[in-house]
Amino acid sequence: MGQIRLDGIVKSYGKEVVVKNLDLTVQPGEFLTILGPSGCGKTTTLRMIAGLEEPDEGNIQLGDRMVFSRSDGVVIPPEARGLGLIFQSYALWPHMTVARNITLALKEKKLSKTEIAARLENALDLVQLTGYAERYPSELSGGQQQRVAVARLIALRPSILLMDEPLSNLDAKLRTEMRASLKRLHRDLKATTVYVTHDQIEALTLSDRVIIMNEGKIMQEGTPFEIYHHPANIFVAEFIGDPGINLFHGVTKNSTLDCGDITVPLPENLASADRRLIAAIRPEKVLVSETEKPGWQKVSTEILQPTGADTILQVRIGETSITLLQPGFITLAEGSKLWINFAPDSISFFDPETQDNLRSTAD
Amino acid sequence: MAPVSRTRDRPAFWSLRNFSYQAYRLKNRPELIIGVLALVFLGFVVMVPLLQIIKEAFTFQRYDLAYQPDGNVGGFTLLHFDRVFFQPISKALFFKPLINSLMMGVAVTAIALVVGFSLAWLMVRTNVHFKGTFGAMLVFPYMMPSWVMALAWLSLFKNDRIGGSEGLLTYMTGTQVPDWVAYGYLPIVFTLAMHYYAYAYLLISGALATVDSELEEAGATSGMGKWKRIRVITMPLLMPAIGSAIVLTFIRILGTFGTPALLGMPVRFFTFSTQIYASINARNQGDAYILALVLIVLAVSFIWINSRIIGVRKSYVTMTGKGFRKHESDLGKWRWPAAIIVILFLCITVALPLILLLWESLTLIPGNYSLSNLTSYFWAGQGNMQLAYGEPGVIHNRGILEALGNSIKLGFAAALFNGALGLLVGYAVVRGRGARLSRWLEAIAFAPYIFPSIALGAIYIGMFSTNIGPIPALYGTFTILILITVIKNLPFTSRTGIAAMLQIHQSLEETARVQGIGWFRRMFRIIIPLSMSGLVAGMLLTFITAMRELSLIILLISPGNNVLTGLIFGYQEQDMAQHSAAVTLMLVMFIILISVIVRLMSRRAGVGKLSVV
Repeated sequence: MGQIRLDGIVKSYGKEVVVKNLDLTVQPGEFLTILGPSGCGKTTTLRMIAGLEEPDEGNIQLGDRMVFSRSDGVVIPPEARGLGLIFQSYALWPHMTVARNITLALKEKKLSKTEIAARLENALDLVQLTGYAERYPSELSGGQQQRVAVARLIALRPSILLMDEPLSNLDAKLRTEMRASLKRLHRDLKATTVYVTHDQIEALTLSDRVIIMNEGKIMQEGTPFEIYHHPANIFVAEFIGDPGINLFHGVTKNSTLDCGDITVPLPENLASADRRLIAAIRPEKVLVSETEKPGWQKVSTEILQPTGADTILQVRIGETSITLLQPGFITLAEGSKLWINFAPDSISFFDPETQDNLRSTAD
Repeated sequence: MAPVSRTRDRPAFWSLRNFSYQAYRLKNRPELIIGVLALVFLGFVVMVPLLQIIKEAFTFQRYDLAYQPDGNVGGFTLLHFDRVFFQPISKALFFKPLINSLMMGVAVTAIALVVGFSLAWLMVRTNVHFKGTFGAMLVFPYMMPSWVMALAWLSLFKNDRIGGSEGLLTYMTGTQVPDWVAYGYLPIVFTLAMHYYAYAYLLISGALATVDSELEEAGATSGMGKWKRIRVITMPLLMPAIGSAIVLTFIRILGTFGTPALLGMPVRFFTFSTQIYASINARNQGDAYILALVLIVLAVSFIWINSRIIGVRKSYVTMTGKGFRKHESDLGKWRWPAAIIVILFLCITVALPLILLLWESLTLIPGNYSLSNLTSYFWAGQGNMQLAYGEPGVIHNRGILEALGNSIKLGFAAALFNGALGLLVGYAVVRGRGARLSRWLEAIAFAPYIFPSIALGAIYIGMFSTNIGPIPALYGTFTILILITVIKNLPFTSRTGIAAMLQIHQSLEETARVQGIGWFRRMFRIIIPLSMSGLVAGMLLTFITAMRELSLIILLISPGNNVLTGLIFGYQEQDMAQHSAAVTLMLVMFIILISVIVRLMSRRAGVGKLSVV
């Protein structure tokens, strides 16, 4: 119960193919996030699972039920798929009270009055909106509206939950709060969840597993840790992480990669001569010292952006600009000298031709 | 990665699997089903009739035996075509009405546009006095039949030309009013213009209210003078509205029947509309069909020329004036004179006609306007053989009360069907956006716009005078009146429906779908409540139009299905001036009464502000 299987899904609008032969399985109870830039096909994928869009090819299975199969001629409409879906716009019916928004679908299911009342009370309680039952959506704040949309799902108790960028209309502070409550929702309902977002922080904080999509194809799938630390290709490496990863194009010289202004140590399996490679290192992985150390490279500070807990530093060596992330609120004069170094195991290497991560293929 | 070759799994087109897949798909997409049904229905009631009269126009009819006794009834003939265009009779049948119609159309459109534009500018862009009152009063003509002014004109200027009584002017001065003042081109143009300015006013003031003053201020900051700003910035933005006002007015004038019939036919001044009526009455349907086709061709080419000149493809798009009123220029010492001009204008177009009709309805002997001649007979009389062929007064007159019932029934039925059809067309068009079906449906729902009213009436005679398959002959029934009214109003209601549906975000329905709520409940619980305000406005408009319509239904009414407008026309033809005046007043009163009730009810029900047009 609760498994989602997508099998060879193809979807195009006119000549533009937006989802290209997608295979995907979500395990029962799993929280899966589909992450990608806008137009990558992630929302279309979600809408196809919900039944709001029809694939051109392929099969979709929910639990042990086939809900779409082009080859078997099966199309189960969204009304009969028994899912829960949260929209970016919350999609609360503006002409109905909170209570009616929550109970409309329950009445459709012909539940008993006492059952409906109990579920309503329970749902409002869980999202901390007890006492708001008779309000209209327009009388609620953005965060409260969001919670009503969540309560509507809680009351319906679907075994599969779909969420389409549910947090993108909220301000930054509320977003952190709502992330926690969505995680609680997932835990309470024990529902298989597919969450679509372009926000990597949501993806990393919420998910058991993340799928990164670009141009209708899966670029990588893995746990948030794997995605962050072992990006499968340059697209993922660049897409994940804020501030963005540092990329250095260079040519191998035995055990180092010569990137012009800087040199990067190479792992043994990549040691060679005259091979073009791209090195990538996350800003927080760069080692930094305020005093000179042997073998470290001297850089000059250009721009400091303290964010409170951390500070983003833009430093320069020759023509190369490097982004660093250091804990604490750092105050340094512009042009101050720093020394940096790279730990060999924190660097990823990519093939400029295939764009793939070389180390992970080597492992 | 799996190979893409799975495409081969797709079942063959004729296989049972593919059939079940397509059936599932269709079930999954109610908008497709509605779209197809609506398309078939509209095709049947709009396109088939058109083809039908083209066919009929070139078919030898039984009544043609009078001209060609050896003709083959039912065979192909160019007889009607020849009569209308190439015979000595063509001058009276075609060329004179053509010139009259065109001259009338151009003159009325020009005057209505100038008047409507000036009033719109005054109301939206200046600080003229009594704006609120004027705003409500200026749309008043919209609620009256277009020929009320013509009736009033006759009360005022009627001479002894057609016998019977004479008008107020003759009564007071004792001299006969010359024919060219009492009848024909001049009064027709004047009275029509004083009605149709309301359309231009509504369209242009709506557009004007949405022209952002910031755009003009941007022009001012780049050093443009006031007139240059109006010419370079404001006018181009208003062009679509002006274009639709021109097209709307012109096509309506081409199809209008009441006024040219009342003021033109007595002096044998025929327009296309009255000529079509005369031909049908003379049992020369074939001629009437050809004339109706010419009228449609005229309307289509006018739309085409207009869009060419104005350069806006969809110049007929009506705008709704959800106005943000700002930047009113100060009229200064002209504030009062401007207000007085508007008051005078309102007196002439609204108050004077109604007062004249009231007075007329209270005179015992027609043409005698003295106080001693006043009577309530025509309102409350029991029936007296010495007066008006023994026809009882309004409240005791079964014929009138039946026609009133019919008018109200027609108004409500048309409003209801139009509302439902507009909703469904809007739903299918908006949900199916981008697909061919959606575009076709939108186009065909708009098609009745190009049929001038009288031509559509002629088409419907041709179509429904015999039974077509399971559908019985509808001629002479009440159903045909409802049908034609619904179809004629469809361009406007479907537009309202589309606009209302566009305002309902797709996710509001999708979220209900995913939660397992079926289509009917989605419609009744979500779509209809959310589109209610637009729908009610559109339905009220249809109601008013249906109640006051004559041109559209004049060819289709018979004693069995008569409505008030038809009855009034009949009284007028029999020179029963008091009866026609009294019934006209009653009609106007009912239209106003019911619109006020609907507005109050919808306001109480929390339905938003209504907009006209």
